[in-house]
Amino acid sequence: MPGLLDRSLLFVTGKGGVGKTTVAAALAESAVRQGRRTLVCEMDAKGALANAFDVGDLEFEPTEIRPDLFAMAMNTEDSLREYLRLFVRIPFVGRIGPLARTFDFVADAAPGVKEILAVGKLCYEVRERHYDLVVVDAEASGHIVAQIAAPSAIRELVQVGLVRDQTDWMIDILSDPARTGLVVVTTPEEMPVTETIELLDRVKVETSVDIAAVVANRVLPSLFSEREAEVFAALSKAIPQEELQAATSRQLATVFDAAELAEARWRIGSGHLARLRDALDDHLPMLFVPELFTKAVGRRVVAQVAESLEAELD
Amino acid sequence: MPTRAQVAVAELLAAKEMVLVCGSGGTGKTTIAAALGARAAATVGGRVLVLTVDPARRLATALGVGQFGNTEVRVPDEAFAAAGVKPRGEMWVAMLDTKAGWDELVRRHAPDAKLREQVLANPLYRNITSRFVHSHDYIAMERLHELHASGSYDLVIIDTPPSRNALDLLDAPGRMRDFFGSRLLRWLTVPYRSRLFTMASKPFYQVADRVLGSRFLQDIAEFFILFQAMEPGFVARAKEVERLLTDQRTTFVIVSTLEAAPAHEARFLAEALASRHMSLGALVLNRTLPASIRASSATKAANELRDVADGARLTKQLAKDSAGSVDPAASPSEVRDVLIEIAERFHDTAIVAAREADRRRELAAVAPIIVDTPTMRDDIHDIAGLLELGAYLL
Repeated sequence: MPGLLDRSLLFVTGKGGVGKTTVAAALAESAVRQGRRTLVCEMDAKGALANAFDVGDLEFEPTEIRPDLFAMAMNTEDSLREYLRLFVRIPFVGRIGPLARTFDFVADAAPGVKEILAVGKLCYEVRERHYDLVVVDAEASGHIVAQIAAPSAIRELVQVGLVRDQTDWMIDILSDPARTGLVVVTTPEEMPVTETIELLDRVKVETSVDIAAVVANRVLPSLFSEREAEVFAALSKAIPQEELQAATSRQLATVFDAAELAEARWRIGSGHLARLRDALDDHLPMLFVPELFTKAVGRRVVAQVAESLEAELD
Repeated sequence: MPTRAQVAVAELLAAKEMVLVCGSGGTGKTTIAAALGARAAATVGGRVLVLTVDPARRLATALGVGQFGNTEVRVPDEAFAAAGVKPRGEMWVAMLDTKAGWDELVRRHAPDAKLREQVLANPLYRNITSRFVHSHDYIAMERLHELHASGSYDLVIIDTPPSRNALDLLDAPGRMRDFFGSRLLRWLTVPYRSRLFTMASKPFYQVADRVLGSRFLQDIAEFFILFQAMEPGFVARAKEVERLLTDQRTTFVIVSTLEAAPAHEARFLAEALASRHMSLGALVLNRTLPASIRASSATKAANELRDVADGARLTKQLAKDSAGSVDPAASPSEVRDVLIEIAERFHDTAIVAAREADRRRELAAVAPIIVDTPTMRDDIHDIAGLLELGAYLL
């Protein structure tokens, strides 16, 4: 099995809000540190990737945000233009004006067209070896299967035409575990873990894409050992007692409450992580990224997450 | 004593008939919607329906209804009784089933039985309805309309589907209407031969044929010819559904946590609602840390605790006191370790609380009512849990 960052195409998905974009950015960051020329692509154009890197709006045309790290935002209309220019050899992009206007409707109506234009662009970058690695901040877990299965779906639906001819090489790239992998990000919470388990089953059944890793993000550190937790419970009862009250100010209860809250959140989270581990294939790597107790956002967070991931990948 | 915000939420639920709970994924939207419903049924009264998208199995169990589906079921009074509550009203729940929702629409709008069967049997139908024009969003709105129009409920709370973009939900009815009026649909539904004959010279169609293959376009065309027969019903309905969103009896509740991405999305959504003249009733900030953690006196207490933890006399005394509560009794060094851990880790929590406070200030201006709900110490697995959470809301 190749190392995670040795592949050429990584799709990073997960339930909304779990930190998918940060993990995608961090994987790209780590790859660059290992000397790999890397493109990271945001699929849903919400601007989260630009925020993660503290840069302005990203375009379809990749921006080199620092040496060997390129970032782009997927736009199916631009992808269509590029496709037409490259493969259908339509030279005058201006002439497809009416096409662009009605394109959204075709794409909405014809299942998989938008997805294949997006996935096609990514596979194209891999095939042409413009980059060593393409990291995709992909659709959330509800939509990712439709995205990565698009070439196969199109292949079944479209009997002739250029698009069908194009699906074969895309499927080759997508189903090759040496080149392509899916990374699923979750947090140690009930719904994200449940969705991750369901998603992994669907990916196995409905796609040929290899599952490369599961990233557990924002994992809380444990406060106490089992014995310490018992001592803590005993001490909590002692808060009203004079010894502690006399020694500290009256807000001590808040400090104990915060510890109890942190402990409770850790306990619930570990339960969900154990459930996740049980559901995963034994050989599938599970990478842990701790909760960052920092006020930082953007680049600093990406750098810290990248460090955690690198430590886990070693 | 309820806070002013909690009173305002109770008044909002008493005054409105439809509440759309929205916000980014992972914020606890489904649970908040259920908690609002349970608490409204318990304290405001009337027949309250919670329409949810994809409840965790535990939530279904929490409601005491096992599995529930497209048809509404009543949460049994015993489930409330187990929580020691006699509800003033009734709580009902249903789940949004997109496939069933589409089938229902086709049944309603198909002009005759033959066409209906043709659409339902069309191989592209399922594929298209499950992906097409933000299908979940439209069906959610449609169901809301249907349930409201049935006149069976005093309050319908809908937990909205996780959208790629929150605006998709608000714009779904309009898009549906536009789609049926679009030139594309008209073009696709021109009989294939005559289209080829009259329009073959136009570059768009040439390109479309070359790229997608004519057979595929023909398949799509056939499907839309069937679909177009349902246009009048669909368009009229989409207009009604669209009106419902700006109706005085409708309000939105945005659920967010105070993490960066959901908070950003919440603000974006609030602005989108305002520009569409849709009413934002309240903002729920879920899983927030208690404000007391940010107090400088609490940080002071943590620092003092760290200092006194090294005091031999104190740890010895506390170790002795622990005898009744932990077996074997704690040693002074164990007491010291635990006290230090509590004190040092408090600062981590305080940083998160400070981060949250910043974001809360940024969001303060966007909604007339803001309520905070804490991280619950256990996952919610019964009505008591929902009511406990609900008590923070109203």
